Amino acid sequence: MKEKVKQPFVRFVRRENVTVRRTAAVLTAAILFALVLGAVLLAFNGTDPFSFYWTVISGNFANAIAFRNLIRAIVPLLITSLGIAVAFKLKFWNIGAEGQFMMGAFFAMTASLLLGNALPSFLTVVLVALIGGLGGALFGGIVGFFKVKFGTNETLLTLMFNYIAQYFVAYLLNVDFYRRPGGGIPVFKSLPTSAWLSEIRIGNFSFDTALIVALILVTGIFLYFKYTKHGYEIAVVGDSPNTALYAGMNVKKITLRTVLLSAFLVGLAGALQLQGPASGHTMSTGITGGMGWTGIIIAWLCRLNPFGILLGSSLMGILERGCEIARLNSGVSAASADILQGIILFSVLAFDLFIRFKPVFRKKTEGLKGGSDETAGQPGSDATAGEG
Amino acid sequence: METFAVQLKNITKTFGSVVANHNVSLDVRQGEILALLGENGSGKTTLMNMLSGIYRPDSGSICIDGREVSIQSPEDAKRLGIGMVHQHFKLVDIFTAADNIWMGMEPTPFGLREKCKAVDARKGERGFFRLAKKTGLVFRCAGARFKGWFLSKKRNARVAGIVQKFGFELDPAKKVYDMSVSEKQTLEIVKVLTYGARIIVLDEPTAVLTVQEIEKLFAVMRRMKESGHAIIIITHKLNEVMEISDRVAIMRKGESVGVVNTADTDEQQLTELMVGHKVDLKIRRPEVQFDRPLLEVRDLTVRSDEGSVAVDKVSFYIRGGEILGVAGISGCGQRELCEAIAGLRKVESGRISHEGKDLVGLPPREIIAEGISMSFIPEDRLGMGLAPSLSIADNMCLKDYGENKWNPVVNRKKARAKARYVVEELGVVTPSIETPVRRLSGGNVQKVLVGREIIGNPNVIVTAYPVRGLDINSSYAIYDILNLQKEKGVGILFVGEDLDVMMELCDKILVLCHGRVMGVVHAQKTSKEELGLMMTGSLDLVSLKEDKHLGIARDSGIDDKESA
Repeated sequence: MKEKVKQPFVRFVRRENVTVRRTAAVLTAAILFALVLGAVLLAFNGTDPFSFYWTVISGNFANAIAFRNLIRAIVPLLITSLGIAVAFKLKFWNIGAEGQFMMGAFFAMTASLLLGNALPSFLTVVLVALIGGLGGALFGGIVGFFKVKFGTNETLLTLMFNYIAQYFVAYLLNVDFYRRPGGGIPVFKSLPTSAWLSEIRIGNFSFDTALIVALILVTGIFLYFKYTKHGYEIAVVGDSPNTALYAGMNVKKITLRTVLLSAFLVGLAGALQLQGPASGHTMSTGITGGMGWTGIIIAWLCRLNPFGILLGSSLMGILERGCEIARLNSGVSAASADILQGIILFSVLAFDLFIRFKPVFRKKTEGLKGGSDETAGQPGSDATAGEG
Repeated sequence: METFAVQLKNITKTFGSVVANHNVSLDVRQGEILALLGENGSGKTTLMNMLSGIYRPDSGSICIDGREVSIQSPEDAKRLGIGMVHQHFKLVDIFTAADNIWMGMEPTPFGLREKCKAVDARKGERGFFRLAKKTGLVFRCAGARFKGWFLSKKRNARVAGIVQKFGFELDPAKKVYDMSVSEKQTLEIVKVLTYGARIIVLDEPTAVLTVQEIEKLFAVMRRMKESGHAIIIITHKLNEVMEISDRVAIMRKGESVGVVNTADTDEQQLTELMVGHKVDLKIRRPEVQFDRPLLEVRDLTVRSDEGSVAVDKVSFYIRGGEILGVAGISGCGQRELCEAIAGLRKVESGRISHEGKDLVGLPPREIIAEGISMSFIPEDRLGMGLAPSLSIADNMCLKDYGENKWNPVVNRKKARAKARYVVEELGVVTPSIETPVRRLSGGNVQKVLVGREIIGNPNVIVTAYPVRGLDINSSYAIYDILNLQKEKGVGILFVGEDLDVMMELCDKILVLCHGRVMGVVHAQKTSKEELGLMMTGSLDLVSLKEDKHLGIARDSGIDDKESA
């Protein structure tokens, strides 16, 4: 009287360890899957998916200008993601990069307008960028202060602070100091030229100094995480705040310090974006371009690893710029570029499951008595699979 | 052939590359108490989890009452009359006892389900009658299911009935958060009985109980046995096995190594079966010439996280070369006491003095520098003291990474050397010193923690539950480590759970009850009964001998005038 054995078709079993190679393989598979899905959608719209994809990728490298624009798209994204990763490492869920980015730009603009062309250009550029970073740090630091002082929820607060920053900047269009004189639609003043980032030219190619800053930051943050006492403290506090207290660490100080660093980097990204040519050296209410959000995804998917983030933001930049080029060249609507981005992100996020879990398929034969040595799934991990 | 209530045949279960159970067979009769004995990690709980539907065996079969069954989920197990009381209770705190039972009730009464099956089985009957009967039953089932959506007013009375039948003491209307550990456990047992369990698995039920509560539990188990239930009790305490069980099944490293009748065996034989070799069950208690008081605590009052007084005017002292045990039901202020000594918790009033220096108000780092080491091993083992995602090496430098102030880089070289030393000296089983601590098994985690504390050369060790969840070998390794430290003249505060161990290992035992000291007794002169009475607050030696100023050393380093 054996009862019918019901086995689910597929179960997920938590993997013992996560290797870099498997992570890379799964992510590649995810992107391929998304491209296939995207191809179907594009074909439905009457676009040839292959030529579209070819444009997306090759368009970025077709000429020096396209490549320069690509770098310009990647750099702010990279610095923003790095900043977010610093806070995330501490499990401080800073989702306020949009606001910090904007406030960084705002402070940079104010500093630059006040300084004018009085100082040497090099000094002005550095000063304006630093003031922008400090502005971002100040803005994010408020949330950090509330967190350590009153234990407020940083997720809610950083989110709300985004709106404060957004409407504050929108309001500034009514302030004469910031508004470009003249009638019509109000626009911000452009930065005085001495605050502009300079370009470095190597042969045919040229890029902004911001790229060098970004690459230094990637290496710097990597070393900071891996070797310094601060990095060690961040790892311990992020892992187990109780243990950190027990070891005599000043958790509040570490939290505040890390949040300030995180927001500083995001603010710096904002300042550099404003000083660079991508924004036309001009503030706008849309200066962030959603980078504060995209940065969260990049930081998280790249496991908060600085070099991973370098790779992640490069890919994201190629996709964004490429879709833009494809839109201009082949007239594919901007919407389908957005859809493609969405599909890729979703697919990467979904495939994340396969990095940490292993699918186990139902055995064809019900060899319950046959002493089979195949590993069966653990329902214990089935339950957690959903959360992963 | 005799029909067994439960028969497990050749069960094998692997997790990844780890074989948790290999070809394990086990059977239990009705009206029998079977003790499942084995060290931690020997696969007892895994085996029972397969019986209760949490895991599924890779191979092998399970028979209930002689019928082969397939248990795919806890619901299946419940239907088959198998109930498991887990080590960590699965209760909703804000519900009453009755509601905790009610929420897991089958919406369709068991009888109706059986009738449905019976109708299905009778194939010979004429089609129309069968259909009519079936339709009627389906409606009744639906009605019962509909009723099941609402809370029945009779639920308290029904639960009270079962409580009475087995002679439990439990108020069905009491909320779980108001309950003591023992009451919660009673509720868990009542719960499985209410669901109609005839096969009851108890996973380490005595770990959290006092001596008196254990007696009560055993009485209940005997009554259940008389009414024909089959009971499996998972444990690694030999004296309990001898007292309660009819037969003992012993497991070692995932395999069953034998089943013996309790009447025909003794503790020594059981240990040998369990460990696989001869073990000297005596814990060494070296005689050390006591030094002057190292750590003195006077009238210490500390509040818990919730703001209630967790440690209430506690006074005691530890001399060098002495192990002072702290006994008490869990949650009686042990944690708060340890945290206060380590500087992690605000001291409301009182003094903590280390060699005459007042520690109250000092930050944790300075207390560590004073040579006081505290290790607290909570139930989840990793909560305090170790960073689980960090490697063994990184955990080694947790307390001294900050030395050499002007160097911004962590000295990993030293940490690695320490890790290698601890791994080698204490026999930590690990693939490498770069392995994250959370990947290690419980015993190895504790060795890493204790090892790090000892490497720092402390002169006072505060250690809470250092052998929690460890097997016999690892436990004895830890006792040896502590004894070595004691011989070196270190003063040790040992917060423990197992009274037998504490009576053998410690020199003196301090008993806490609801944050108050019930007394400090010499371990050699006391009895388990006396300790048990003190733990429940029935015996208060401190108020009995008020004039004697218990807990204050005669050669105290604290000047009385100063503290007054």
